[in-house]
Amino acid sequence: MLSRVADSLYWIARYLERAEHTSRLLDVNLHLMLDQSAWLEEPRWRRLLVSLNLPPSQEAPEVLVRRLSTDAGNRASIVACIAAARENARQVREQISSKMWEQMNRLFLRVQQLPLPDTWDAQWYELYREVREGIQLFHGITDATLSRNEGWHFLQAGRYLERAISVTSLLESYMLPGSEPEAEHQHHERRVELLRSCEALDAYCRQFTADFRADQVTGFLLLSPEFPHSVHFAAIRIQEAVDALCAELQGRNPSRIVRLAGRLRSNLGFSQIDEVFAVGLREHIELVQRLCGQIHTTLYQVFISYQIEASLVG
Amino acid sequence: MNHRAYTTSSLPGVPIPVNEPAQSVFPGWQDILTGYPLSGAYDEMFQAGGDPRPAFRRLFEQLAAMPAEEIERAQRAAALSFLRQGITFTVYGRGDQTEQIFPHDLVPRILTRTEWEKIERGLTQRITALNLFLQDLYHGGRILRDGVVPRELVYSCRHFRREMQGVKVPRNLYIAVAGSDLVRLPDGSFAVLEDNLRVPSGVSYMLTNRQVMKNVFPQLFQHYSVRPIDQYGEELLATLRALAPAGCDQPTIVVLTPGVYNSAYFEHAFLARQMGLELVEGRDLVTHNNFVYMRTTAGLRRVDVIYRRVDDEFLDPLTFRSDSALGVAGLMHAYRAGNLGMANAVGTGVADDKAVYAWVPDMIRYYLAEDPILPNVETYRLDQRSQRDWVLDHLHELVVKATGESGGYGMLIGPHSTTRERAEFRERILEKPRDYIAQPTLALSRAPCLMNGRMVARHVDLRPYILYGEKITIVPGGLTRVALREGSLVVNSSQGGGSKDTWVLSGDE
Repeated sequence: MLSRVADSLYWIARYLERAEHTSRLLDVNLHLMLDQSAWLEEPRWRRLLVSLNLPPSQEAPEVLVRRLSTDAGNRASIVACIAAARENARQVREQISSKMWEQMNRLFLRVQQLPLPDTWDAQWYELYREVREGIQLFHGITDATLSRNEGWHFLQAGRYLERAISVTSLLESYMLPGSEPEAEHQHHERRVELLRSCEALDAYCRQFTADFRADQVTGFLLLSPEFPHSVHFAAIRIQEAVDALCAELQGRNPSRIVRLAGRLRSNLGFSQIDEVFAVGLREHIELVQRLCGQIHTTLYQVFISYQIEASLVG
Repeated sequence: MNHRAYTTSSLPGVPIPVNEPAQSVFPGWQDILTGYPLSGAYDEMFQAGGDPRPAFRRLFEQLAAMPAEEIERAQRAAALSFLRQGITFTVYGRGDQTEQIFPHDLVPRILTRTEWEKIERGLTQRITALNLFLQDLYHGGRILRDGVVPRELVYSCRHFRREMQGVKVPRNLYIAVAGSDLVRLPDGSFAVLEDNLRVPSGVSYMLTNRQVMKNVFPQLFQHYSVRPIDQYGEELLATLRALAPAGCDQPTIVVLTPGVYNSAYFEHAFLARQMGLELVEGRDLVTHNNFVYMRTTAGLRRVDVIYRRVDDEFLDPLTFRSDSALGVAGLMHAYRAGNLGMANAVGTGVADDKAVYAWVPDMIRYYLAEDPILPNVETYRLDQRSQRDWVLDHLHELVVKATGESGGYGMLIGPHSTTRERAEFRERILEKPRDYIAQPTLALSRAPCLMNGRMVARHVDLRPYILYGEKITIVPGGLTRVALREGSLVVNSSQGGGSKDTWVLSGDE
């Protein structure tokens, strides 16, 4: 397929994952804020920004939330991410199914239309719910209508690379010791929040019961091969996508990207949580994020922005 | 029921008839036909007395017998079909631009075998001569030396490309895809109004019109033997294959589009899909060592033939407009080196220039030693003093066109113009006479269209599509374009025109 098309598909998936993740985070935080003490707020928003890889800010929460949700001028906002996904989809409309395009367009138009009041009322939750459901519907339609060809694999690669980065950022923000000392019950609330931010609460409890130990929660989100929002799960999908894409190449050597994807997966697949803590959670997260960054860069080098001389074929 | 025949568009010099009732021999038709004009121009469906022409008889009977609800149902189904397929066209010039579903009328236009044969022979002759003209022009210009076509006319043409001097194109084929617009004159004969030899569009509408008609109104086809047109994709592909550079047996062919923001993007994507070719934009292509490649995830793949829907000017920032983001740097180098075939060749615009048009009959005589089978429409050259003066005195009767434009822009329709518009054109003509020509206002033929439950007459033209590969192939029929506004003579889709399905019969009825 054309490199430009691969590029667009990859970014559609990344932008949608980002919008979904941001939406979920804001939803969870706004809910929890309602019945928790006010003095917990400032650290909460700081944590939110760290987990979204955004610079710290002195804004009031209402302003921040609006900026991250509906400000089309802010590239990190939900609305901007969806607009970017849709613009990419428009450029490759011929390569995706018509139903996929219709849903993308419908979602885009819907988020444009929601005028949101200044106070926290139910309409904000409506926005987040519609965004998540709209994106999940897009993925469902894609699953049902797109052949498992190159395009499909670029979508998977984008989605799961973004997910790996998001969840490790969340872990970084929630599980690494912060600057303020906290009481045990606060740690407990934090871990529940973390699990909710990944829609992991139910699955976690089914596996471990409502016992929110630090090592178990971290281990679940980092290493579970079964739970869709774990980093390990994402690494498995990334490797599958990379292997499928490399199978299409003729003559050029993709070994570097195959090795990187393999290394990411085995790092997460063959570790136990106590080994991770022994090395240091921070170091481990940094390694994962570095590998993800390298996979992204190498993906571009191999499939999209390669040098002309290196790649003359037939 | 009082059937009054009156013209809704009165053209100067055309007699307005006395009130003659339309004699209809088919009951039930009266309601639909009330107010339908029957004189002033050739009517595609009806003869002067109101009887349908022989080829239209069975169609007329069926439509007359059809209950209104069925016709309405068909219209709704057709509109829905176009909507679902996203067949839109961008309409400019009404204060903004909007995407509109391409309007389609359900009453087909029928051409008999005899009528079509003459059109086919005439267009084959014309395209052969035009291709020879281009070949000649860019290799010495024998026709200019012999004084048949004025030199200054050619060299003053914006679309004449010096960069093509001496360039050998595959099979000497400059015009692989052409769309020549035909009009039917009041006496029933066809004339060529203009040629479109650069990037003619509309073929996707022709193909989808037929498909929608078959889905929505299959019963109309029953009594007729209509020649098929869905082989266009195959034939276009064969034409493109014929343009492969020497020594290339299995050419890689792509469709080059300016991108999603182009008003005709739907057609580019449609044709690419029909032919199974990759749809690329300029940014997907690179040149290296005078070959053209496309960037794919599997590496660079060489491209041998390009079906380009990008104008010359934007094609190559190294050779043409340097600010173009739609082209490919170095494309002309590859083309000149003989490593690339293009449909159409660069530089064909000089042959569809509206002033050069006046010489096409002379070209036919010069290259083929034949008389033109299809005549031109009379054309006045405004860079000739005597003709210009006469034209400026008669602007209210004439149609003035800008020579380098297409799409119906830059046009003055005298009888429908205001004093101010005429004054404006007068200024423009005096400033740059080479940029304009004038023609008499033609009474374009009319065809019946179903609008709001009534049969109304609208002016139509015909654009057949001519493919020139190993041989010349013309798909039977073409796009019949309709000027949707009452009395309007502007049929171009970009200015709110619509279309009809065109049927060429295997026989004469």
